[in-house]
Amino acid sequence: MSAPALNLRKERRRHSGGVFSGPLARICLGWLAFVLLLAVLGPLISPFDATEGNIVDRYLSPGAEHWLGTDQAGRDLFTRLAVGARSTILAALAVAALTVLIGGTLALVAVWFGGRVDGAITRFLDFLFAFPNLLLAVLAVAVFGAGVETAVVALAIGFSPYTARVIRSVALRERNLPYVKSAELQGISGLVITFRHLLPNVKQQILTGASINFGYAMIDLAALSYLGFGVQPPDADWGLMISSGQASLLAGYPQESIYAGACIVLTVAALGYLGEQLGGRRAAGRA
Amino acid sequence: MSTMVLADNLNRTFTSGSGRSKRSVHAVKDVSFRIERGTCLAVVGESGSGKTTVARMLVGLESADSGTITVDGRQVTAGSSRRIRRQRSKDIQMVFQDPQGSLNRRLPVSTAVTEILQAHGTLDAAARRERCLALFAEVGLEAGHASSYPDQLSGGQKQRVAIARALAAEPSVIVLDEAVSALDVTVQAQILALLERLRLERQLTYLFITHDLAVARQVADTVMVMQLGSVVEYGTAGEVLDAPKHPYTRQLMESAPRPGWVPRRRDTTGAVS
Repeated sequence: MSAPALNLRKERRRHSGGVFSGPLARICLGWLAFVLLLAVLGPLISPFDATEGNIVDRYLSPGAEHWLGTDQAGRDLFTRLAVGARSTILAALAVAALTVLIGGTLALVAVWFGGRVDGAITRFLDFLFAFPNLLLAVLAVAVFGAGVETAVVALAIGFSPYTARVIRSVALRERNLPYVKSAELQGISGLVITFRHLLPNVKQQILTGASINFGYAMIDLAALSYLGFGVQPPDADWGLMISSGQASLLAGYPQESIYAGACIVLTVAALGYLGEQLGGRRAAGRA
Repeated sequence: MSTMVLADNLNRTFTSGSGRSKRSVHAVKDVSFRIERGTCLAVVGESGSGKTTVARMLVGLESADSGTITVDGRQVTAGSSRRIRRQRSKDIQMVFQDPQGSLNRRLPVSTAVTEILQAHGTLDAAARRERCLALFAEVGLEAGHASSYPDQLSGGQKQRVAIARALAAEPSVIVLDEAVSALDVTVQAQILALLERLRLERQLTYLFITHDLAVARQVADTVMVMQLGSVVEYGTAGEVLDAPKHPYTRQLMESAPRPGWVPRRRDTTGAVS
């Protein structure tokens, strides 16, 4: 890791006017804005219900009434995609936020107390690293029952060591600077020092980690829903739509799986690219 | 005069590694000293002589394996509870070597002082600000500097902020750990003059860690020379620096560059020794 190279990159960004100024970054931002709009407005402007369909209208092609056509139960695909965007985005957001909360707390506690506490927390994180995230989630679902909430918490726990490791290393560097020692000598409480002096230094790591974890969370949540461990039918969800579209796929109507799959791929790719611009996977602890 | 700081038979051993690779360093061996109120003790020695460990034990950043330290009649404990830290910070403060790392570069420098006033006192925000500006004036900073960030200040100015911060809790003792070593000579002289003035005005007691004998000569009333964790010479500044008895002290004096010193020619090819 070379510090000068990093500074150069920052310098270049400053001259080019912001992190997200490239054409590709604009496209990514545009797509995310579109998905957000779809999630917020889609269900409002659509006259159809996401879970109720008319079996007579099954497998309709895209048209004036059903913009994207219908699925095997005659449900409007545009509506399901929009409602699915809501649940997918909210769940992934919850995973990203919870990851920062768990990972950040563990890391900062480890850094502040150091010594044995640090050792114990680091050991615990290593233990978590050993579990594949999906395995952890499936395990949680097996114990606590299927559902989005279980999947979200399990994934957040699985993701937290990545974030914790990065935050710990950056905060540790700061912890050893004389000004933190000095504040400690002054009798200022550890909590105040952590929030005032340590936390602002890990802002970038938190932001980058959150955006990249958001993408990973979407993939894993979709996979869990696809496997039947996450969102339960008949609720709409992108991962679930891929799996329920499988039957239609065989019947010669691939729209449902294609739409949902494309949405997931594009959103994850856009988030990944923007996260890469922010600080990269290294900053998210995923490298 | 009364005794302000009394260190009695301090010992500290650091161990690293475990099992067969276990190593231990006796960093501080039977160190005792006494500083009278309002005077300055300079601790001199090369890197690894244990002088910084002594300083850290004094402010409670490090604990002693054996021996006791009393400051103003109260024993210093290396506890880390907030109550202990707060009491200790009213007795003793520290100024660090690195002016850059001494301040949080993300916050205006006045925060360094006001956060201490906030933690200690009952002053409201306006009063804290006023007190901070008064302290800044005392260390020779202008009011306009208060809202600057560390990167906008020079090394000397940053060290002045660090001194103002040390004064904020009204301590009776200040430990200066190589406090002027990172500054160039003219700024060094200014900071040393400031420290001298503060000492007289506030009846402060200093423990001054330095490797620079010229600095020690300038500030110290008493001098303690350390080598490999032990005190090899201890006496008034005049005794130690003008008539060093221990060979190590003499060696230190000889290794310091002197004005007017000209390198001796070794041979005729022009190479310089």
